[in-house]
Amino acid sequence: MRTILTIIQKEFIQIFRNKTMLPIIFIVPVVQLLVLVYAANLEMKSIDLVVIDNDISSVSSKLISKFKGSPFFKVRSSISLKDAENEMKKEDADVIMLIPQNFEKKLITENASEIQLLFNAINGTTASISNVYCRMIISGFNQDIILNSGNLYPELATFETINIENSYWYNPKLDYKIYMSSGILVILVTVISMFLSGINLVREKEIGTIEQINVTPIKKYHFIIGKLIPFLIIALFELAFGLVIAKLVFSLPILGSLWLLFGVAAIFLITTLGLGLFMSTIAQTQQQVMFIAFFFMLVFILMSGIFTPTESMPDWAQKVNYINPIAWFMRVIRMILLKGSGFAQIKKEILILTVYGISVLSMAVWRYRKTS
Amino acid sequence: MNGTPIISAKNLTKKFGNFVANDNLNFDVYEGEIFGFIGANGAGKTTAVRILCGLSFPTSGAIKIAGFDVYKQTEKIKKQIGYMSQKFSLYDDLTVYENIRFYAKIYGMKTKEIKTKTEDLLNELNFAHARDKKIRDIPLGWKQKLAFSTAIFHNPKIVFLDEPTGGVDPITRRQFWDLIYKASDKGITIFVTTHYMDEAEYCDRVSIMDQGKIVALDTPVNLMKEYHSRNMDDVFIKIAR
Repeated sequence: MRTILTIIQKEFIQIFRNKTMLPIIFIVPVVQLLVLVYAANLEMKSIDLVVIDNDISSVSSKLISKFKGSPFFKVRSSISLKDAENEMKKEDADVIMLIPQNFEKKLITENASEIQLLFNAINGTTASISNVYCRMIISGFNQDIILNSGNLYPELATFETINIENSYWYNPKLDYKIYMSSGILVILVTVISMFLSGINLVREKEIGTIEQINVTPIKKYHFIIGKLIPFLIIALFELAFGLVIAKLVFSLPILGSLWLLFGVAAIFLITTLGLGLFMSTIAQTQQQVMFIAFFFMLVFILMSGIFTPTESMPDWAQKVNYINPIAWFMRVIRMILLKGSGFAQIKKEILILTVYGISVLSMAVWRYRKTS
Repeated sequence: MNGTPIISAKNLTKKFGNFVANDNLNFDVYEGEIFGFIGANGAGKTTAVRILCGLSFPTSGAIKIAGFDVYKQTEKIKKQIGYMSQKFSLYDDLTVYENIRFYAKIYGMKTKEIKTKTEDLLNELNFAHARDKKIRDIPLGWKQKLAFSTAIFHNPKIVFLDEPTGGVDPITRRQFWDLIYKASDKGITIFVTTHYMDEAEYCDRVSIMDQGKIVALDTPVNLMKEYHSRNMDDVFIKIAR
């Protein structure tokens, strides 16, 4: 125990003496939260819609004004499809809406009519979101016509329309920033913990002090745990700091217990810190550790469900995610913060994270060699 | 020399692939001796020291340090020894006292004992004023004296010094050897590697290594007689050519 405390004491002295460390600890969370949450926003605010109105009727202009009234669209008109296509090629148009001739006439005589929508699907996600928005507006317009046509077809007007009321649980305003900032918190602690622990041990190899440690009768697990605890404390501090920023800037709700959150975070961090230490027992230089850590982090983070729900990933990806600690912690942190889930609801996740923590840490202790 | 050897190496061999770094080394070191390992760079001195310290396993051979086996009892060996590596190994960003305290605590010394002993040590070295200076801010010669003092701070039975005086001026080297003699007077066995031949004359016995083999092992005086030389430099040149 005393040996572990000795190492912790030494690490803390070194960390606080390191002039590049403190800025990293304080600036990284601010930048990540403020920049990434705004930048990684999937909400579509200004979809560029180019309208070619070949009908120029009262119905077509009503439809266009519906789009103009929506906050999601920036509407411009164009004379020919060719011009519109050119704009799309220049990335100036996201959607082209073509209203054919006789649009109004067909609607009255045949009781149905058509329009054409063309989407710029370079980014499939934006295209499908634009599609959904367009459909919402057009179907609303449709309903207006049916209701207004009551004077023409009285029997239609007596239909009761079904009114769908949506209510979005746990994020009632569908605020994307809440979803994102909770995910960014996970990235924050993952990056900090993995890099700091990974670089720290291998640095002792580079400067040669590890030899002096290895020639002492220190126990392997003392050394690894002594290296792990200082960074665990720093990462938990980072989480607290990040939570405060997210709460102040994005009004991130904190519905569940903070004790539970930090408890699970500590278990999760044992895995990432352990991985960092494990990598640095194998690597010889800081660059090597950076490369390996970067590779793992990129894969794990993108698969973790920070941007896209893991449920919509292909089967094999969901299976891979079983061994992705970040995915599990991502779930848990959102459950605790946004839903207020308690221990009973996240038992499974805690159990899995604990198993990872213990196995990764034992791997690091096992792989650390005092004698080569 | 009499008594049981504190270091005993029989047929010590270390191979890295096809390269034989240590080829069948046989030597005994007795308690209280200053034993020198002399050789050119790349002769295999550091490899041998690392094996004796339990930092690296030999490929074959029977080696005992303070009665413990280097294959199975490395951790027991580590309690008995001190080590100062060629690569400077105090923490640059810690102060003199913090470095001493860190290693002393790892060896299980009590805080009170560490405090008083550090004070005595720094007074003896005339270095008390630098107690709270960071290692990176003190000159190389001092760093090496401190590294040596740290290596014997926990009173080991044996201390291994791997080219401890590399890169320092002759005066500082002389002062360093005064420290070695003081430690030897306290009963610590000294195992030192060097490629400075004047230092070889300071040792009780030396073994001269060349290309992984021990080519001569005796007291400096006997070696000089045997090779009809006036100093170790001549001996070394005659042996290694």
